[in-house]
Amino acid sequence: MATLVSKPKRSQRELIRIGSVIAAGVFAVLIPIVDGNAGQINVLVNAGIYLMLAIGLNIVVGYAGLLDLGYAAFFAIGSYAYAIVASPQFNIHVAFWPMLILASLVAALFGIALGAPTLRLRGDYLAIVTLGFGEIVPQTFLNLDGITGGPNGISNIDGATLFGYKFGLDPVPYYYLTLVLIALSLWFAVNLRQSRLGRAWMAIREDETAAAQIGINTTTAKLAAFALGASFSGLAGVVNAGLLTLVSPEQFKFNVSITVLSMLILGGMGSLTGVVVGSLLLSILNFYLLPQAGNLLGQIGIHVDVTNYRFMIYGFILVGMMLFRPEGLIPSRDRKAELHVTEPDPAAVHENAEYGGGGRP
Amino acid sequence: MHLTWPLFLNLVISGLALGGIYALIALGYTMVYGIIELINFAHGDVYTLGSFFALAILTMLGATGELHGWVLVVDVTLAVVGAMLLCGLVGMAIERFAYRRLRNAPRLAPLITAIGVSFILQNLMQLWKGPSPISFPVVIPIVTYSVGGVTIQSTQILVIVLATVMMAALQLFVYKTKFGKAMRATAQDRDATQLMGINVNLTIALTFFIGSALAGAGGFASGVYYGSTWFFNGFAAGLKAFTAAVLGGIGNFVGAMVGGLLIGLIESLVAGLISDQWSTVAVFVVLVLVLVFKPTGLFGTAVAEKV
Repeated sequence: MATLVSKPKRSQRELIRIGSVIAAGVFAVLIPIVDGNAGQINVLVNAGIYLMLAIGLNIVVGYAGLLDLGYAAFFAIGSYAYAIVASPQFNIHVAFWPMLILASLVAALFGIALGAPTLRLRGDYLAIVTLGFGEIVPQTFLNLDGITGGPNGISNIDGATLFGYKFGLDPVPYYYLTLVLIALSLWFAVNLRQSRLGRAWMAIREDETAAAQIGINTTTAKLAAFALGASFSGLAGVVNAGLLTLVSPEQFKFNVSITVLSMLILGGMGSLTGVVVGSLLLSILNFYLLPQAGNLLGQIGIHVDVTNYRFMIYGFILVGMMLFRPEGLIPSRDRKAELHVTEPDPAAVHENAEYGGGGRP
Repeated sequence: MHLTWPLFLNLVISGLALGGIYALIALGYTMVYGIIELINFAHGDVYTLGSFFALAILTMLGATGELHGWVLVVDVTLAVVGAMLLCGLVGMAIERFAYRRLRNAPRLAPLITAIGVSFILQNLMQLWKGPSPISFPVVIPIVTYSVGGVTIQSTQILVIVLATVMMAALQLFVYKTKFGKAMRATAQDRDATQLMGINVNLTIALTFFIGSALAGAGGFASGVYYGSTWFFNGFAAGLKAFTAAVLGGIGNFVGAMVGGLLIGLIESLVAGLISDQWSTVAVFVVLVLVLVFKPTGLFGTAVAEKV
């Protein structure tokens, strides 16, 4: 464990941290007032939804160390949970706000249901099984035409209404809603990390056997990680469904899970600052840089849909980060220590770059 | 649907052809997992790359449709061998640049890297041949043999024969050659093998070469079988083949072959008797059930867990 920083320095850092959080918050609140372009705000809400997903996945992957490759499944469950009961599909129109809570509960329940079978599995097998679930869930939504509308999905989903004010298709109220939800999620996630449960997760992540030996109920702790992680995804799903007024199985493919995972890995698994930064960086890349690059290429006569290739960039991020900076851009201190603990010391790396240097004595 | 014997047997035959392709891919997963305990997530994309390479070779040879006689034999041989060689080299390059550095890292690090490599390969293929499925020349004449309502197509025979030959060759290689022995030794105990003076790095690289080459052969087979290929094919096929490897007991060659055939049969039977839509779900359900209830698979007792 890294040494604690001395008291006065710590409070100074704390002040800087609080200051920057407030500054970022004020900046975020002002954006729609300064520039109310609906297209721009829409992009920001999407970025916000991804950030919520990243905060949720960080609980499972970052805190508890369970590599979940099918996280989009819970996003799908949250979205569909709202879409089914708030659309002309069955002519049921449950209000947005209670569904925000209910859908995250539903997602949490599925988190437990899908997490339970994976509990005994080793890390890499767990990853593949979650990936399997990530494929099964949208495929099931695709196949259950009668309930989910099959490949067309569910459209004309009700928007949110607050004290008689209809959100409609205007993204600005959704923007502020997302902002509030992100603030709450971050606050919740910070406190969760400091809690008894949070410390149990980190113990499991570092050494599951040892954690069980010191009396942590690893089953409950892991299920709690799946449930809590999934619940964020449920929240994000409801906002997503309300904003788009349309859900379809295509929205929840493996790509979504990988996008969110790339955000975590870029920023630093387990580090909330890292998650926020990683998520925003990739959103900027997705929503601004790549379309811009496409335009530029178009001007010089190369017509490629650059956004098609964003997963190549994600691929390079995953490979590059794992090879050169596995702890992420802004790592949490303990995670960094963990990730470097098993590496051979730098001298040995040079001397014996590959395992045993080719088998010569 | 009313199940009759001929229908059932037809489904079994197409299941065996499908399973032959899965078995070829599954062998690569099992070999790599057996030797360095890595789920080589990019392996499915190497398989797709195999169909792309084979397509490129056939195009270069001017083969755009049905071939006959010597031309058929020569072109098919060149396409298969070429795709295998190129895929083998790609596999070795991936191991060298993406995985080797992480051999002693926490287990999840190389898995995440492998996912990254998979996405890179997919996008390179998308750059190469575009985002839509592309047609693959069905070089062998399509002939349908029919016995009492049971039909078998020449492409199915090709796939089954190719898979069988490859698997037999692999068995010979692994159990009758020095390199095969080195491979098995490295899988058992890397440190001890190294102490015996065996070049472990070379052995691992060779394992990647062979595994990827088999996937390349599978890529050719799938191209001829389906008459098309797509940059994204490897994702689903890779997952199914991985399921096959796990079902058979990961690290076990015979297991991978049997697992591949079983997964092919399951997919074909579910698609034929229930609905096409559920066949993928069925395969993933098998994956989950096997991992949860019998993680060692059907033949997996031989490989003890390394601590």
